[in-house]
Amino acid sequence: MCTGRIDPGFILRAFANGTDGVYIGGCWPGECHYPTEGNYHALSMVLLTQKMLKHIGVHPGRLMVEWVSAAEGIRFAEVMNDVVKRVKELGPIGRAEGIDENRLKLKLEAIRNLLPYIKLVEQERLGGHFHSEEEIKKFYGSEEMDRLFRELIVDPLVMSEIMMLLREKPLTVGEISAGLGLGSSEASRYLNRSSRQGWVRFDQRQKRFVSVRSQGVGTRSVERRG
Amino acid sequence: MDKVEGKAGEFNVTLIKKPRYIEEEKCTGCGACVEFCPILIQDQYNQNLSLNKAIHVYFSQAIPLVTYIDPEHCLFLRDRKCTICTGVCNKNAIDLFQKPERLEIEVGSIILAPGFEIFDPKLRNDYGYGKIQNVVTSLDYERILCSTGPYEGELRRLSDGKHPHKIAWIQCVGSRQSIPGGNSYCSSVCCAYTQKQVIVTKDHDAKAECTIFHNDVRSFGKDFERFYQRTENLPGVRFIRSYVTLGKEIPGTKNVTLRYATNEDGVKEEEFDLVVLSVGLTPPDEVKDLAEKFNIELTSQGFCKTNSVNAIETTRQGIFVSGAFQGPVDIPESIVTASGADALCSQLLAYRRGEMAIKREYPGERDVSKEEPRVGVFVCHCGANIGRVVNVPSVVKYASGLKHVVHAQEALFACATDTAKKIAETIQEKGLNRVVVAACTPRTHEPLFRDTLREGGINPYYFEMANIREHCSWVHAREKEIATRKAKDIVRMSVARAARLKPLQELNLPVDKRALVVGGGVAGMTSALSLAHQGFEVFLIEKRSELGGMARKLYSTLEGLDVQAYVNDLIRNAFQHPSVHVMTDATITTASGYVGNFATTIKTGEMIKEVRHGIAVIATGAEEYKPTEYLYGQDERVLTQIELGERIAKGEERVTHSQSVVMIQCVGCRNEERNYCSRVCCGHSIKNALKLKEINSGMDIYLLYRDMRTYGFAEDYYREAANKNVKFIRYEAEDKPRVEMVEEGGERRLKVTVTDFVLGAKLEIDADLLVLSAAVVPPATNTELSRLFKVSLNPDGFFQEAHVKLRPVDFAAEGVFLCGMAHYPKNLSEAISEAYGASGRAVTILSRDSVTASGAVSEVHEKDCVSCGICLSVCTCGAIEFHDTPQGKKAWVNPVLCEGDGLCTAKCPTGAIQLKHFTDDDLIAQIDAAVRED
Repeated sequence: MCTGRIDPGFILRAFANGTDGVYIGGCWPGECHYPTEGNYHALSMVLLTQKMLKHIGVHPGRLMVEWVSAAEGIRFAEVMNDVVKRVKELGPIGRAEGIDENRLKLKLEAIRNLLPYIKLVEQERLGGHFHSEEEIKKFYGSEEMDRLFRELIVDPLVMSEIMMLLREKPLTVGEISAGLGLGSSEASRYLNRSSRQGWVRFDQRQKRFVSVRSQGVGTRSVERRG
Repeated sequence: MDKVEGKAGEFNVTLIKKPRYIEEEKCTGCGACVEFCPILIQDQYNQNLSLNKAIHVYFSQAIPLVTYIDPEHCLFLRDRKCTICTGVCNKNAIDLFQKPERLEIEVGSIILAPGFEIFDPKLRNDYGYGKIQNVVTSLDYERILCSTGPYEGELRRLSDGKHPHKIAWIQCVGSRQSIPGGNSYCSSVCCAYTQKQVIVTKDHDAKAECTIFHNDVRSFGKDFERFYQRTENLPGVRFIRSYVTLGKEIPGTKNVTLRYATNEDGVKEEEFDLVVLSVGLTPPDEVKDLAEKFNIELTSQGFCKTNSVNAIETTRQGIFVSGAFQGPVDIPESIVTASGADALCSQLLAYRRGEMAIKREYPGERDVSKEEPRVGVFVCHCGANIGRVVNVPSVVKYASGLKHVVHAQEALFACATDTAKKIAETIQEKGLNRVVVAACTPRTHEPLFRDTLREGGINPYYFEMANIREHCSWVHAREKEIATRKAKDIVRMSVARAARLKPLQELNLPVDKRALVVGGGVAGMTSALSLAHQGFEVFLIEKRSELGGMARKLYSTLEGLDVQAYVNDLIRNAFQHPSVHVMTDATITTASGYVGNFATTIKTGEMIKEVRHGIAVIATGAEEYKPTEYLYGQDERVLTQIELGERIAKGEERVTHSQSVVMIQCVGCRNEERNYCSRVCCGHSIKNALKLKEINSGMDIYLLYRDMRTYGFAEDYYREAANKNVKFIRYEAEDKPRVEMVEEGGERRLKVTVTDFVLGAKLEIDADLLVLSAAVVPPATNTELSRLFKVSLNPDGFFQEAHVKLRPVDFAAEGVFLCGMAHYPKNLSEAISEAYGASGRAVTILSRDSVTASGAVSEVHEKDCVSCGICLSVCTCGAIEFHDTPQGKKAWVNPVLCEGDGLCTAKCPTGAIQLKHFTDDDLIAQIDAAVRED
């Protein structure tokens, strides 16, 4: 098994379980034990997941990746001590960020629901396979990436969050914007888009938005592609 | 060894087995006897820097890991006084009356691997060693740095136990010396091991000041040049090229002063906290006795006298040598010659292969797939390794309360043969269908315990290992309570995963017994012939129209071998051997398959042929760099060393009548473009210089070098050249020699200007002949070949072995091997050793009837596959393809090609492709168990 095996879902699961930090130890770039160079994929995955964590208000520093070879016992100990120190400084997940536990779980779950879609986007729009650490870091730090992230991930993610809220019970625009920490005009924009897609509708009787389907946004996208 | 009789193929060897005073089969290595033994002795393994008991385990990796009694110190064995150990041993493993045992064994061949000893600086009182406490040998220092050493991995010095901060290394202690008591040869390994020690020291203490006093820095091994640069660039590290003499030991602090001289500052005296002597390698004393008994010859230096081309053969047929008994060699060379000796034994004994093999029988596998998980947990003390820190009984108690666990117990050594047997019995008695062993690392012990499960009649993949040693007791030695809690967490996670494990089947695939050797140089031909002599059919392919490779351009070696005669013999043998099929003008167009079953298409002229083979050996060699510097190609007096060798052999007058010859080393390498040392050029130029001196002893030869890297016995030839008045002038990379054409009185002179550091002046030399020691470069075709066989290249374009030290002739891709200069520049006899090494390794596959592919490979659940193709695009193993099903095309995994990395699983949007044994469910269960207690 390789660091390339690490599914972002594992990380989200750990955070949803209340874990305050996740550290991934991988082989040094260029030293992958497999021909697949999974460590580069792991790095891309970490950088993308950090962006999503940041987007939902979780400190991205809670997810760490460091390269350590099997021969570097001392370095590994140093890295682990540093990881523990960093996690302690960050404090308990959610509470330190000012997000309550339920909202945190909902937001993490929203990303998890979207993972099938995110994996397709990552493969087809976010550069695919890289061949050096620099290349990956440069791309993920670029404005181009910021733009793609906004367009391809943020919007579906917010809609996924809205769907999840509405699945619990019908809500007003105000309630949704408060629940997700969005401005009300922004919330309206997303609700309009979602209702155009036929995912939500405004129920005149309740004066609230209700969920139309039970499926998440991501799953639908995959089915469309399939 | 008492005596050896008979001859190759039928030796009778008599061995005397000294009493260990322990019955090996009974001892579990628990260490209770060691704890209670009242006699403290100096620990030889730790260079007498720490104490041990009269009964002890020699060292922590000893095989078998059981104790022995030192008869010179044991009170009972000396005066029949004490029997405490027999009282505390609850296995009754101690036998104080054990007698020497006489064993007679019949063997077909013998391999001598007595290793080496270090040069003892005490003999000549070098640098006050033995008298001054803070002067230690590099081996003492190695033990001091080691976690199993006298200070448990803390860097301390002997005199006061303080952390030394300012440390000096003195190179070439006992090596490269023609004075009495010293060894004339270069010990080959000290430059690199010193650099390693510097790096490890800086890891311990980033502020440490490290100074290396050296002569030439001999970083001639693969990637050693970069290693040298890495060391040199560390802050606080100084490399000083100077001889060193001992100043004094400072009373009070016990610091040591050293005197040295540099060109800039003259003579200086400097104080150090600790001085490390980088001592060389010598043959062990007992080899004289060994040589007599085996009736083999030794060299004047006391090493094994070997065949001048095949360094693995001794002077007696059927007796082979590997490792440092050949001469000073590093780990990879030792391993190469070990595999090579294996090949040579196998050549001799191939006709009897498998006669003594015994097939293991396992009980039938019980189908437990319908049963609820019944997990058994075995928590290992690992002697004191775990038990001293982790409260094992408490972990056992905790484990027995976990969901699905029906049995939990402790084990002193879970891996001991009798314990493993008991685990197998417990599986059957208690009806266990999952087993968790909480002990050490699966890296070393998973295969053993999987075997235990098979013995217990259940699928080996129902095994899970919880590492509570490396991941817990070893790193939390001072936090016993927290360590115990962590051990419980680890066990809980493992149990959670174990409960979900599925039985997996391994694939047995037949092995095609034929071999493909790519490259018809000396390495390729030797490897092919060795495989043929071991009874296998070989396709030997060469891209040029004739065999011989680089060796066709070589006429002699430093040791005086007639290379052309040797190569011609080899070529004749290759063509004549009925099992070797030679194809010249051949190129590979496609290669597919996997270990045991490769299919390669070869194009020779217009003919295209597919060959099937079980293994492949890459022996594509290397080429000489064509220089663009120093007027090469512009003036016919400028040659490369290989061209000079050819012309000397042909007796060309321009060469033999030259009065003044200048040689420049490191042309085209050890620079930015090629950041490696070509290893062979120093020896090569010495060889040519000596040849020229033989022709005309009055010839002026100037050899301009950066570091003379005549490692091993080549050092003696370097000294001979210096004695014959070859002038060695060192230059720096930043101040390279200048070569100009000067027209004077209608004459075109070749003028070489170089800075002489010793004289501190510019030197101008008129050269009749300018010889460039051009780099050895990998052929451009390597890139294509690496793609075809899915093997990697290093940054310099040479092939990258599976492990630099431990698997030097294997590729990471199973079933593909490498040898010769395809790996890295090397001299003829090194390439030949590697060729035998590769053939020895290849036969470990060819001699089998089948190879086993792991069960932990990816698998597609077709119902969930949406044919997006992501898995195909990320799997560079080429293991996944689409196939047609009634529901459309779906991904399909070839289990033989799947390497089990699991990238596809993480990338799959729908979770349709799952890496078995590491499925999403398995891992999520483990992640959940990390924080949750059921």
